Amino acid sequence: MSREAILGAIRRGLRRGPLPADQAAMLVGRLATHPRHLIPARSRVPRPDQIALFVRNVEKEYGTVLRLPDAAAVPVAVADWLAAQNLPPAFVMAPHPDLIALPWSDRPMLAFEARPAIGSDTVSVQHGWAAVAETGTILFPSDPTRPTTLNLLPESEIVVLRTSRVVGAYEEAWDLLRAERQDAETGGFMPRNLMLVTGPSRSADIEQTLELGAHGPRRLHVLLIEDDPVAR
Amino acid sequence: MHITSPAFKQNAHDALNDASLQKALKHARPMFTGSRARAVANLPEFEQLRDIGRDIKNHTLANLDWYLEAYAAQVERSGGTVHWCSTADDARATVLEICRQAGARTVTKGKSMISEELGINDHLSKHGIVPVETDLGEYILQIRDEGPSHIIAPAFHLNREDWEKTFREVHTDLPADRVFSDRRDILAEARTLLRAKFLAADVGITGANFLIAETGSSVIVTNEGNGDLTQTLPRVHIALASIEKVVPTLEDATSLLRLLARSATGQDFSVYTTFSTGARRTADLDGPQEYHVVLIDNGRSNMMGTDFQEMLRCIRCAACMNHCPVYGATGGHAYGWVYPGPMGSVLTPTLIGVDKAGHLPNASTFCGKCESVCPVKIPLPKLMRHWREREFERHLSPAAVRTGLGVWGWFVRRPGAYRLATRAMIGVLTLLGRQKGAFRSLPLAGGWTEGRDLPVPEGGTFMDRYAAQQRRRR
Repeated sequence: MSREAILGAIRRGLRRGPLPADQAAMLVGRLATHPRHLIPARSRVPRPDQIALFVRNVEKEYGTVLRLPDAAAVPVAVADWLAAQNLPPAFVMAPHPDLIALPWSDRPMLAFEARPAIGSDTVSVQHGWAAVAETGTILFPSDPTRPTTLNLLPESEIVVLRTSRVVGAYEEAWDLLRAERQDAETGGFMPRNLMLVTGPSRSADIEQTLELGAHGPRRLHVLLIEDDPVAR
Repeated sequence: MHITSPAFKQNAHDALNDASLQKALKHARPMFTGSRARAVANLPEFEQLRDIGRDIKNHTLANLDWYLEAYAAQVERSGGTVHWCSTADDARATVLEICRQAGARTVTKGKSMISEELGINDHLSKHGIVPVETDLGEYILQIRDEGPSHIIAPAFHLNREDWEKTFREVHTDLPADRVFSDRRDILAEARTLLRAKFLAADVGITGANFLIAETGSSVIVTNEGNGDLTQTLPRVHIALASIEKVVPTLEDATSLLRLLARSATGQDFSVYTTFSTGARRTADLDGPQEYHVVLIDNGRSNMMGTDFQEMLRCIRCAACMNHCPVYGATGGHAYGWVYPGPMGSVLTPTLIGVDKAGHLPNASTFCGKCESVCPVKIPLPKLMRHWREREFERHLSPAAVRTGLGVWGWFVRRPGAYRLATRAMIGVLTLLGRQKGAFRSLPLAGGWTEGRDLPVPEGGTFMDRYAAQQRRRR
């Protein structure tokens, strides 16, 4: 009822009926080919510079980055960072196979559980799916290995990300999504939730002055694993 | 929301004499304009992106019916439900019904201007459901029982003292002698308090910055993370979106997102840009079981095919009000409804009627700054002028204005008489003001001279001086 009323009113405004088939076919084509518009030049640089741009942008947005030679260095880096922040050696971790496979036994004092986050969790270790150098933005598509709550409830979030997954512009990340992800239930490539995160949570609602840690994490620490020889 | 737009003149007068408001405005405005300028300077392609943004929106609006149907089909395919609502009443009833079906007692809310437009909070409260605003700025306004004064910084008008005072008055279960040594303490108190609300809520209501036809996604951008907690933790997520929010593809949304944060807060990108597509998948470990999109017209379709169709390009960045000298002097509450500043002066008359909001398009110096910073190049001064014309045609402007315009109109159509009259006026003013050099007050111009002196004219009329100069050149 409302649907037809709204569509009818729009068509009256546009002074036409439903879109003719040939024009509709053009729009179907536009959705299927999803043409790119202008992509800013800042991310069109050689791979090592792209990685450097990503790091610079995360830091500009009040995140921190530690570059690691390989994944095996992650448990030590997590333990050291928690100690440096005066945080207890405990965290909730994304149940992602890459994270579970890390040599956690190197740091037996670290206590963790692989599950979604609850209100009392203070630190999360999350799996970074990909990232965009243009603005230092990390992508977290939700799925059973990457619960959304890990990005939101703890005060501190540690993200494990590989340099091979850092792209220049958002458009390249969309193409990765389209190529790599297929949702069995919907047939589409979009997960239920896709968070693009650029730095830790903040608010400027009090006198337009920035304070970190509004409702989400106050700290965002990225462990960047150098797995891409071209990007070094 | 109670409408006070018809009292704009009195509102503006009160605002100018409100010392606390003036302090807040003076403090906050340069931050917005400065941040935007820096962000734009750091992106050489910004001007080209404005053209692209305008073109994407124009293309979508020209095919709005088709894109809305394509979008709705994708939402349904991904397990969500679309509720089409022609009016605010429909939308309120729909939201209430979804909440009732969910057996909801409390509802958390992300910041959403359309929810202000619909008055969702009052409607839910009236029916026994407790809405909790979770954006820090919206939260304090809710407990102070005020409306937002800015579309992205709702508590723009408050100073730190106001925050402390309100928190002490309302959070009475906390120790009365607690110390707020800096802004962080205020933030921490709100965080702790609202965290409990997030975890307890049955339904989460957010707005939407964009809807994507290609994927059936709704997009929100926030910095606090409150919108994400709102749409992730409760069993049911409701996204409220007006029909002009739809864009075709992820690539189209991306180009607009490159403009949005830079124009709004001066950030390159907001902290959280989140795409929601359908409800929780079977194997997912978190997320809502139900995903509803309430798709709202409420007057937008009437703008299609009119001069005001261009207003539907608006992406609600607030750059126009951040740069407006009138908004800068009065703040947002003076505008008397949901949308303040230049975008509000164009939009409000279309949504609540020019009879109620006719003052707003008149509250402009036509300096053109709003149009020059608009990320989608909406010709705001032109659209305000359209409203002035309609107001005049419908005989809504006050008698003094009509008489004044009539007199002025008579003279400008008779250049000889106009020149004679201005020459005579200058003669009289020069004679009267010879001694003083300036007038502190003048009959019929009390409003003008209240804020400044009128200097005594020197050297004849413009036309006389122009003619003299032309003669010298020859």
